[in-house]
Amino acid sequence: MQSLTSRAKQVDRKPMTFLERIYVWEIFKGMMITLKHFFKRKATIQYPDQKREFSPVFRGLHVLNRDEEGRERCTACGLCAVACPAEAITMEAAERLPGEENLYREEKYAAKYEINMLRCIFCGLCEEACPKDAIYLSETFAPSNYQRKGLIYPKEDLLIPNPVTEPEEYKKAVGIRKKQQEKAN
Amino acid sequence: MAEEKKLFKVTIDNITIDVEPGTSILTAARMIGGDVAPPAMCYYSKLKGSGGKCRTCLVEVAAGSTADPRPMPKLVASCRTNVMDGMVVKNITSERVVDARNGVVEFLLINHPLDCPVCDQAGECHLQDLSYDHGKEGTRYEFQRRTFKKHDLGPYIQLHMTRCILCYRCVFTADQLTNKRVHGVLDRGDHAEIATYIEKSLDNDFIGNVIDVCPVGALTDKTFRFKNRVWFLKPVNAHCECTKCKGNVTLWYRGEEVFRVTARKDQWGEVEDWICNECRFEKKKTSDWIIEGPAHISRQSVISQGHYEKLVMPKETMPEVMGGRQPRLLMDIHDVSGVNRPDVDLSQLPGPAHSTDFPKQS
Repeated sequence: MQSLTSRAKQVDRKPMTFLERIYVWEIFKGMMITLKHFFKRKATIQYPDQKREFSPVFRGLHVLNRDEEGRERCTACGLCAVACPAEAITMEAAERLPGEENLYREEKYAAKYEINMLRCIFCGLCEEACPKDAIYLSETFAPSNYQRKGLIYPKEDLLIPNPVTEPEEYKKAVGIRKKQQEKAN
Repeated sequence: MAEEKKLFKVTIDNITIDVEPGTSILTAARMIGGDVAPPAMCYYSKLKGSGGKCRTCLVEVAAGSTADPRPMPKLVASCRTNVMDGMVVKNITSERVVDARNGVVEFLLINHPLDCPVCDQAGECHLQDLSYDHGKEGTRYEFQRRTFKKHDLGPYIQLHMTRCILCYRCVFTADQLTNKRVHGVLDRGDHAEIATYIEKSLDNDFIGNVIDVCPVGALTDKTFRFKNRVWFLKPVNAHCECTKCKGNVTLWYRGEEVFRVTARKDQWGEVEDWICNECRFEKKKTSDWIIEGPAHISRQSVISQGHYEKLVMPKETMPEVMGGRQPRLLMDIHDVSGVNRPDVDLSQLPGPAHSTDFPKQS
């Protein structure tokens, strides 16, 4: 029969030799491996103090985007919700009233927008589906919580800081990719 | 003795069918069905005089008839051209037709605002389907798109003139269903627009049907405006005792709420029975209707993503195992979520929701 993999090895069923039978030598061999790892580079880091850089394709916590004038980009078109395989996204739309033009980019906007982080699988399909550049998966982890109810994220939690009214916060929130881009320019 | 009617033999995309004289190519193609039927944006079988405007139903006539088998030199509008005996028509088998249709779609989209994320028609829009089938990915148009002064068509109907493709269906509907038409096409050429003269509101009993005949999102239901996306709604056939119309409608449910009422549509997207304004705009409660069952939605349509039609609810095993006791939920989503609140009925709002309808949650 053709083997499935070229790395298959015949199991060695020879009786143990004297050296193997007294075990001490084998234990010593095992301890040497442990000892060798003391001097190797550590695979782990001291997490909250040290942080790893995110990969450019990392899909973390969602953010709802604003345009340069600080208006919400989302128009509640429902494409993220229909693309979502976990059915984590729900929303309710409303019509923009006169005088709200500085808040919302288009005449329709999401009055309610919710992501159920208990359901979300961070697949990024919402980001792909969005026709308005409104939803992005950021470079942060979704924080954990002791209770389920803290993991239903309303729109207010997801929106990025307004670059016009809160420029300080906005600057702080900008991800590394954009910072690197600005540095390069 | 009545003479037996002579039937015309017509071949469309290599499929032969016998039809009565006086049938248009489009109707004959629809008898065959499937991909053979050319798309139609302006032709509406229930409206007299419709058709011949959008040019999406162009077909190639490879042989005029048995008597005169010469091909027609130009592509013809199939909704306005009647069949002849022995006619050979090419629809999707003709490269010229496919190419011409791509061009037509590009022209239709030149002034279209492409605001599908905002538009309520998205998901059931014929122009959307057509452009996904035939259109090109990009646009070559570099100029300002056409804009219009906003017209208010009363509390029920919302007009977005920028989305209009001037198919005249609504004009024919208003002309043929209601006794006095107060809206029509004003101006000419690029300035032509659907409008009511001097902003007269439309108050005919059947004027709501212009919403259903509109192939794009130019005329939409104001009572449904921005309430939800059609593909999140559950279409259910229902009827009621109505003195004005037959009362056969499709209700669009979201949970227990009726978000909108439309006429039932056949496989070509045309309404089966006209419905009156009262049925369409006023009866937004389940108690007003007798439910027949889920409406059939083509599986090509995004609306079918809910799979309501053949949905079999799984049996609840928990109460059975636990001696009739319901499982205790760790969290009721309505305690936390602000969306789809059971105490807020969006469907009861007369128009679109505004920021004032959503009180700030404490």
